[in-house]
Amino acid sequence: MQKSNYIIEVQNVSKHFGDKIALDNINLNVKKGEFVTILGPSGCGKTTLLRLIAGFQTTSEGQIKISGNEITQTPPHLRPVNTVFQKYALFPHLNVFDNIAFGLKLKKTPEPVIEKKVKSALKMVGMTDYEYRDVDSLSGGQQQRVAIARAIVNEPEVLLLDEPLAALDLKMRKDMQMELKEMHQKLGITFVYVTHDQEEALTLSDTIVVMSEGRIQQIGTPMDIYNEPINSFVADFIGESNILNGTMVKDEKVAFAGHEFDCVDKGFGENVPVDVVIRPEDIYIFDPQDAAQLNGVVTSCIFKGVHFEMLVQTDQGYELMVQDYHSFEAGRRVGLLVKPFDIHVMKKERTCNTFEGEMIDANHVEFLGEKFECLPQDGIESGDKVNVEVDFKNVILQDNEEDGVLSGDVNFILYKGNHYHLTVGTDYGEDIYVDTNDVWDNGDCVGITISPEHIRINKL
Amino acid sequence: MIKSLSRFFMQRRSWSIPYAIFLFIFVLMPLLLIVYYSFTDEEGVFTMGNFRKFLMHPEAMNTFIYSIGIAIITTLSCLLLGYPAAYIMSQKHFNVPKTMIVLFILPMWVNILIRTLATVALFDFLKLPLGEGALVFGMIYNFLPFMVYPIYNTLQKMDHGLIEAAQDLGANPMKVFTKVILPLSMPGVISGIVMVFMPTVSTFAIAELLTMNNIKLFGTTVQENIYNGMWNYGAALSLIMLLLIGIMSLFTNEEDNAQNESGGVI
Repeated sequence: MQKSNYIIEVQNVSKHFGDKIALDNINLNVKKGEFVTILGPSGCGKTTLLRLIAGFQTTSEGQIKISGNEITQTPPHLRPVNTVFQKYALFPHLNVFDNIAFGLKLKKTPEPVIEKKVKSALKMVGMTDYEYRDVDSLSGGQQQRVAIARAIVNEPEVLLLDEPLAALDLKMRKDMQMELKEMHQKLGITFVYVTHDQEEALTLSDTIVVMSEGRIQQIGTPMDIYNEPINSFVADFIGESNILNGTMVKDEKVAFAGHEFDCVDKGFGENVPVDVVIRPEDIYIFDPQDAAQLNGVVTSCIFKGVHFEMLVQTDQGYELMVQDYHSFEAGRRVGLLVKPFDIHVMKKERTCNTFEGEMIDANHVEFLGEKFECLPQDGIESGDKVNVEVDFKNVILQDNEEDGVLSGDVNFILYKGNHYHLTVGTDYGEDIYVDTNDVWDNGDCVGITISPEHIRINKL
Repeated sequence: MIKSLSRFFMQRRSWSIPYAIFLFIFVLMPLLLIVYYSFTDEEGVFTMGNFRKFLMHPEAMNTFIYSIGIAIITTLSCLLLGYPAAYIMSQKHFNVPKTMIVLFILPMWVNILIRTLATVALFDFLKLPLGEGALVFGMIYNFLPFMVYPIYNTLQKMDHGLIEAAQDLGANPMKVFTKVILPLSMPGVISGIVMVFMPTVSTFAIAELLTMNNIKLFGTTVQENIYNGMWNYGAALSLIMLLLIGIMSLFTNEEDNAQNESGGVI
């Protein structure tokens, strides 16, 4: 039998809770000794994935292998993994020593060996001499250290960490990050780390897995993920970024924000709509001069410690975030410049909304589970299956859910320099994408309408 | 003057005064009277005679020991019946409906005498003899909810993460129970034991009704003595019972503090 190089293999795994899809066809391979971080906003399914690997929940579809052994149905106590829980989950009826020795005692390890291993685990987490303390008398950071010691003392093949530092304050979190990284190097075991903190992920990981809405968006090294985000979600989630609509004029030429820039990307074709990402620290800001590619006025300037963060309204009406060591106070005219290498061009996932629908009568079409009025269509009969297209900017959102033909929730907001690009999850289950100048909040319930002249219908 | 009066009534502390007065007249005074009566004879002269009589009198002593025996049997039976029930009700994956839980607690809402009379009627109907068996049955029936409820309460409040942590560290379901669930539910168990044991030691109505007055419990002895005008001796017996209960609840309180995990009802 051929043994695989991967210690964890997640193959086509899906998980449903009732109608809700928590994980949708996840594939993930983890190499032995790797530090892998699963990163995503809350509710993206990252914790569910970790719980499936730990065995607290079972997959709806697909399988999971650890060290080449299929363990999809194995109960948690027989899996060669240990978990560090977000809320520590230390046993309140046991002291520090007995908490850490819990797993060893279950394995009937001889007493002197337990003693030795617990001592060295405590040393590893910097908690020597705390053996006989009550766990309730420890601070949050100390409790988390004990929880880590309790997991690593069992020498698992894989250590799973579920947002272990989320409850700690910033300073403590930074210290613990460094310690975790050292621990990973010393122990040489595989770490699977779940977090919503992108900075933590960038600091700690060998590999980052970015998740959103139950799907893996991108897998890569921290550098890859930061410098070459695969789509606007990843670009927006990892670090600060300016994301703008652009057009790939030809190879190594991209137009956005009313200017044509040199860039290093090619192979997109000519006059293709793209998303452009520029990190705020990659924009040069200076007093107006001929070298400037864009000119504008600073609208705000905030001191951030190491650098200043400024918003610049360009003459073409785009708002860009710029970070620089020098401050340009609000109201000042400035010039901006971006070097070709710092412009990251991404293929657009879509350029308009497309839905599958059905013609009901001459001027009504059904899609997203609702009946919409449309203009009379030539050559399309009632009952025909059709493809419906609606431009992002032609979807109208209303405050009052009842005013819309259908309703939905705002799931994701992306600022595109001069407008917002919203992802609205409709009650039908499919997403609809909207360009708007109005300010909405994440989670807003909205009514959705589309005027008849903006619905394009093609026969399938 | 009016201002200071109104301030006095506005203070939250002042609101407890009516209850404090009530406590003094109906709880503290009677307790002091019991102590006074048990250390005096009919003429009001100080004596230890009442206690001597108890120690010398094999009948009263036997009843005392028998009562404690019955109380222990009742408490243990309630624990053995009540723990599994509480456990099953508290586990989400058994999916016990809320109404079921209410049904378990429901007997607590009915007066103890009515329940006992109903038990008598039931035994009559089934043509079962009244006596010791009926007495133990009646006790268990009456006090079982007092065992189930506190245990259910602690189990239900238990952090599910602890169970997952134990599984994760290699505990099979049996070990999860013995190493984590059982020790963490001890406060509830102790509350349950106290709530069942204390009333079963002192009850007399259940014994009277379910044994046709054939079996005497300690409570019955106390009641008979007082009924027959032997106030001093009766008071001494009550004091002995009070001390027993007091010692027990002191002992369990200590346990509770050590556990540092609230959830019991006491």
